[in-house]
Amino acid sequence: MGGEGTVSDEAIIRTQGLTKHYVLGAETVRAVRGVDLVIERGEFVAIMGPSGSGKSTFMNMIGCLDTPTEGQYWLNGQLVSDLSDDQLARVRNRQIGFVFQTFNLLPRATALHNVELPLIYAGIGSRERRRRAMEKLELVGLGDRMGHKPPELSGGQRQRVAVARALVNEPALLLADEPTGNLDSETSGEIMNQFEQLNEQGQTIVIVTHEHDIAQHARRQVHLHDGHIARDFLNEVAESTA
Amino acid sequence: MLVFEIVMVAMGAVRANILRSVLTTLGIVIGIAAVITMVALGEGAQERVQAEINRMGTTVLTIRPGQQFSMGVSRGDAEMSIEDAIALRVESEGLLTVSPEQSSRLQVAYKRWNSNTQIMGVWPEYFDIYNHQLQAGRFFNQGEVQGRRRVAVLGYNLPETLGDTPPEVLIGETIQLRGIPFEVIGVLAEKGDAAFIRPDDQIFVPQSTAQYRVMGGRDRLGSIYAATETTEQLDMAFAEIDRILRREHRLKAGEDADFNIRNSADLLATFNETNQTFTMLLAGIAGVSLLVGGIGIMNIMLVSVTERTREIGIRKALGATRRAIMTQFLVEALFLCVIGGILGVAAGYGAAEMMTRIAQWDTSVAPGAVGAAIGFSAAVGLFFGMWPARRAALLDPIDALRYE
Ligand SMILES: Nc1ncnc2c1ncn2[C@@H]1O[C@H](COP(=O)(O)OP(=O)(O)OP(=O)(O)O)[C@@H](O)[C@H]1O
Ligand SMILES: [Mg+2]
Repeated sequence: MGGEGTVSDEAIIRTQGLTKHYVLGAETVRAVRGVDLVIERGEFVAIMGPSGSGKSTFMNMIGCLDTPTEGQYWLNGQLVSDLSDDQLARVRNRQIGFVFQTFNLLPRATALHNVELPLIYAGIGSRERRRRAMEKLELVGLGDRMGHKPPELSGGQRQRVAVARALVNEPALLLADEPTGNLDSETSGEIMNQFEQLNEQGQTIVIVTHEHDIAQHARRQVHLHDGHIARDFLNEVAESTA
Repeated sequence: MLVFEIVMVAMGAVRANILRSVLTTLGIVIGIAAVITMVALGEGAQERVQAEINRMGTTVLTIRPGQQFSMGVSRGDAEMSIEDAIALRVESEGLLTVSPEQSSRLQVAYKRWNSNTQIMGVWPEYFDIYNHQLQAGRFFNQGEVQGRRRVAVLGYNLPETLGDTPPEVLIGETIQLRGIPFEVIGVLAEKGDAAFIRPDDQIFVPQSTAQYRVMGGRDRLGSIYAATETTEQLDMAFAEIDRILRREHRLKAGEDADFNIRNSADLLATFNETNQTFTMLLAGIAGVSLLVGGIGIMNIMLVSVTERTREIGIRKALGATRRAIMTQFLVEALFLCVIGGILGVAAGYGAAEMMTRIAQWDTSVAPGAVGAAIGFSAAVGLFFGMWPARRAALLDPIDALRYE
């Protein structure tokens, strides 16, 4: 049953009729069609569904990277679906950590500088920035790779840099769109264990995946189908039906 | 975003494409170099003109014959006679120091040396007017003018022309001017050139002697020079000369004057026109190169924005505001242009030096001009960097992240 339908002040994510249409010439692609979803603080949710079901589109709206065509979205009780470009930039900077399938690191910058980036835009001084970035890199086990640039790191290491970067601002919400999509199964497991640990310490996490064993690491699964929520259940309960 | 980080990122981007960056700034370099050269030439010319005016005398008015009119129709060149000079001296009541000038290029001979030299028939006042100094002997006096004496004062270069004879040795010697013997009584100190006047190469004799003994009795003056004590008196002198000569020439009120009165600055103005043409040419080059250079900067910045679309997407996803992105790219454009500006100043300085060495043009690079040129290149950077920076700032984060 999860959190579906329940309205709570505690909710970190609350969407109402969240919709995204893409107009391509005469054709309109209805990628997300009115999603109502509540995610509480401290949850670990996996969003699943077949390719093209609207997972990434939904995630981008949740991550304030994209704005909905229709519907509302409250992040931490704040209505963010109507915010301006720069206000959204600030929300992304302070409240959201995003991990991408393709890592999206700056190739010419060191791991340390990559992790520092969100802090630079938050206006934090260099000494404090360095301290926090090093702390997070050590957390993900890359204390000895801080001076390396992304091309000198393995895929798993790059994704761990990205995770450190997503965590460096102490975000209320950690989002990851297929974070293991470009990694082998062993490395994927390491990343997911990291996520589980973070969640145990109270970090709210939402990931997109289409792999069931990855989704098993989460505590709740939300299945999308053609831009709708098809199923929404807690993992312990759903294990047998999955 | 902190300013320091923005500058570091911009510098990093320039350094990452160092060859491209240098090539891009070439237009700015040439433009600024042309500006600096132009200003250096202008300043140099200004300084030289001022020096020449000083050398020609700031209080000297030159009166030349003009056009003669009869019922509105030109009847050719008017004449100025010795009577005019006498009238100016007598009637200006001490306001003016006056000397006529009657000159001709003649053959000068001394022993076995020959030279073609400008002979100037003047009054003793002439040396006063132009503040000539002697290095040997004496000037001639009014009595020698009255007596039409055959005495000559030589310009600074003549001892050398006449067989490298020391000035002291020349005093008392006889030289032939068109075969007529003259006694050398003085040699002038060095004066230097002033526009088309080269006193160092001239020989000065009493005007009356020149008129009656050398130039065949014609009393047609080339010029009359009139000097005042102070520059403040120039306006009054101008009016006074006009009044006296009009009466001498029996001109009716309202009739055009048949003479021209010029001060030193007027005389130099025509002389410096050639320089101005060159300055205009440089201004043209500067304008065109700065425009082309600016467009080049805009082009490379657009390329840079496109190439780094993904980077922009990443930065925006992590919380960069429009302003932060805009500043980053503006600083990059600014940085490129200021580098171009500095190189341009160096190149312009070099070009100005070369012009001084090769063409003997006076140049002077003013520190203010250097500051202004670098400031101007920065303005070019801001102007032409604005549009690409805006494009970067307005990119949609999702579209930018998806860009391959
Ligand atoms: N920028 C876009 N313009 C037009 N259509 C788009 C755009 N982005 C996504 N779509 C369409 O929206 C639908 C949902 O896409 P989305 O990327 O959200 O799917 P997904 O569930 O993430 O799929 P996958 O598992 O393959 O990543 C698809 O039909 C896709 O073609
Ligand atoms: Mg996707």
